Amino acid sequence: MLSSAVTGIADGLRRLGAASIASVAKLGYAARFGIAVFQHTPAAFGRLHLTVREIYFAGVLSLIIIAVSGMFVGMVLALQGYETLQRFGASESLGVLVALSLVRELGPVVAGLLFASRAGSAITAEIGLMKATEQLSAMEMMAVDPVARVVAPRFWGGVLSMPLLAALFSAMGIFGGYVVGVQLIGVDAGAFWSQMQAAVDLRNDILNGVIKSLVFGVAVTWIAVFEGYDAPPTAEGVSRATTRTVVTSSLAILFLDFILTALMFTGGTHQ
Amino acid sequence: MAASAPAAARSEIAVELANVTFGYDRRPVLTGISMSILRGKVVAIMGGSGCGKTTILRLIGGQLKPQSGRVIVAGQSIPDLDREALYTLRRRFGMLFQFGALFTDMSVYENVAFALREHTDLPEELVRDLVLMKLHAVGLRGAAHLMPSELSGGMARRVALARAVALDPMLVMYDEPFAGLDPISLGVIGQMIRRLNDALGITSVVVTHDVYESLKIVDYMYFVSEGKIIAHGTAQEVRASGDAFVRQFVNGAPDGPVPFHYPASSYRSELFARA
Repeated sequence: MLSSAVTGIADGLRRLGAASIASVAKLGYAARFGIAVFQHTPAAFGRLHLTVREIYFAGVLSLIIIAVSGMFVGMVLALQGYETLQRFGASESLGVLVALSLVRELGPVVAGLLFASRAGSAITAEIGLMKATEQLSAMEMMAVDPVARVVAPRFWGGVLSMPLLAALFSAMGIFGGYVVGVQLIGVDAGAFWSQMQAAVDLRNDILNGVIKSLVFGVAVTWIAVFEGYDAPPTAEGVSRATTRTVVTSSLAILFLDFILTALMFTGGTHQ
Repeated sequence: MAASAPAAARSEIAVELANVTFGYDRRPVLTGISMSILRGKVVAIMGGSGCGKTTILRLIGGQLKPQSGRVIVAGQSIPDLDREALYTLRRRFGMLFQFGALFTDMSVYENVAFALREHTDLPEELVRDLVLMKLHAVGLRGAAHLMPSELSGGMARRVALARAVALDPMLVMYDEPFAGLDPISLGVIGQMIRRLNDALGITSVVVTHDVYESLKIVDYMYFVSEGKIIAHGTAQEVRASGDAFVRQFVNGAPDGPVPFHYPASSYRSELFARA
């Protein structure tokens, strides 16, 4: 009885140890992979058309989902914000509320989450399938490094697209907020825009939002290209890798958002 | 059957494996593999599924490193090459993958042009001419504008063949070139391997389990089973061979040295265990 309990505990510990070692090893591999991608960056930019093509796939094709989502989020913000602000007689500040929420938080975070599920999953699936159908092996055997030819352009295509998508998300959100707040509810347009202009700071709000979206872009695309490259070359392996990309990068965005917000907007940096 | 590959001057050997051993973790895949492949020959490596044939190709191509033994291609020791030297050597290789492994986001034309554009500074008109010549050689010049998803299995294999010889390689490796093809495509691919080999002065290594197709086109054959070379010889020697394994393989007999049954406990004891 006792010995079986001891064996059970020992087995559990062993599994825990093996899982820990495996995840640390994977993290190390991912880090080395990330370094390799950076090393091949000059080659990727040397043939700009490859990166431009990936900006099209990751960025341009995500435009509609980002624009529509941004607009709805802005509209909801205006509805909810007006409800609360009018209780304190501050409904003219609706523009500030909508703009700051979007530029600082919702723009980068929600655009990042949408980007992870729209473009991140596609990047993982594409690279994973290229691996499963031996296209990456074929490239290697043709003396072309797949990290330089396939991975680096996709990485930079995603990284460059993400801040632009987040900016579009915020812009559409502000427009949605304007439509609901000013056009439908009847908040004064002058107050809406002028208060927004006075309160939103270029460095503290907009630049920080851009930095956030850039960090999320690096995180999501890095996870996406790594999961694709590391996927077992089977149908099941690719499907699991795609799921992992969405889950891991969503969690990474929310975690990094907390860290970045703590660094950027606390400790009196924003007066 | 010859005891070893025909003696030849070093310079005539394109690929040489000497006592090569390879395994994943503790599972051995290849043990003591030795073979010499002469320039200009079509050599088949035959064996059942999962016997380590493809691993031999990966060792020759430098995608894997042997645990021990030597792998020498064109006079260079593959495992000792650094990355740059290996990539330089690979430009002289062509490889046909099992299902073609065409780049699915590029047209047939772009697939064949890929290596030319990556490794040469040829003007686009010259690339175009070369690509059309290679495609014409495999009979698919008219399919240049198609995407890989629009091709049949046999056509995809032919495009992959055109792509493999785009840079006029010295060595072309074929991984199961006959797998999953209809009889017409099978014959076409077989003839093409032979014809391209002779016309371009290539050395060809064909990994396959299709003994009939191979016997028609190859100069020499190695039989691999459970990670070891168990027989080798010319096509003629193979046909006349009395070796039990070779006979089972050539005749396609279900049972023999390669057993029909996966190792299991006694049938009787398993069936009546509960009785």
